[in-house]
Amino acid sequence: MRPVIPYVTAALLFGLGVFGVLRRRNAVLVLMAVELMLNAVNLILVTADTTVRAQLPHSGQVFALFVIVLAAAEIGVGLAIVLQLYRLRASVAVDDVPLSEPPAQPAARTGDEVPR
Amino acid sequence: MTGADVLLLALGAVAVGAGALVVGTRHLVRAGLWLVVCLGALAGDYLVLTAELVAWVQVLIYVGAVVVLLLFAVMLTRAPIGASDDLDRPGWPAALIGGGSGLGLAVLLVDAFRWSRVQLPAAGTAERLGEQVFRSWVLPFEVLSVLLLAALVGAIVLSRTDIGRPGTPVADPVRPVPAGTPLDEGGRA
Repeated sequence: MRPVIPYVTAALLFGLGVFGVLRRRNAVLVLMAVELMLNAVNLILVTADTTVRAQLPHSGQVFALFVIVLAAAEIGVGLAIVLQLYRLRASVAVDDVPLSEPPAQPAARTGDEVPR
Repeated sequence: MTGADVLLLALGAVAVGAGALVVGTRHLVRAGLWLVVCLGALAGDYLVLTAELVAWVQVLIYVGAVVVLLLFAVMLTRAPIGASDDLDRPGWPAALIGGGSGLGLAVLLVDAFRWSRVQLPAAGTAERLGEQVFRSWVLPFEVLSVLLLAALVGAIVLSRTDIGRPGTPVADPVRPVPAGTPLDEGGRA
């Protein structure tokens, strides 16, 4: 097995992911590009497991499993944020989001600060 | 070139091609479907690299859960039939940075490994990986389960509109306060 083949595959996938994150405007497509980058890292880990003789066997594959779980958590929270953004602004374009939101006016909500 | 090399080349080409279509296509839903192809080819790569358990977990979690969630999000936000023209920014800086990082990493890795060969190790079956996870890596495993729980709670808090936002009236779960009802000093209708 020539390890350079999966390594180059992973490098190219990572480049594609970076390109997608920077290029796409739709937040869901940005998340898909992030998934590409995470998968490139996973492929590196699994390939390194075959080329590097570590003290603990199969460390790379265990790390790949951990990264998959992290990706699942990330996608859950990320999609919740995206859906909340869509509910607030009716748009998921990431370059329409203002970086500093003016604070909400507390004028009409006088009853909120009182504890129940 | 052995059979494993040919398989790795073919699956890698499929994965990179499908990945290029994920970041390049102008159809929102098709991007998700190309992502399925890319992740499936990567699962095949893992199988060739003798990472059996990782391959099946990849199919189960990525193709089964993550892509379905992404497609749900596409449908819930905006699901146009046909091509959309406003998906992309002008792409020269992105192409420069993405291409630069990808090709730079590829050159580094080619320089490090050349055309060397390695023997494939023993297969990473569920038994061997389970031994490692539950012996050497059991503490990270437990921390990860706490993190999953935190992510779950966080997603719930984010998607409920009546909690978590400062200044939101605390709604009575049985009898919601109608808008415009004057509130007394206790905050109740």
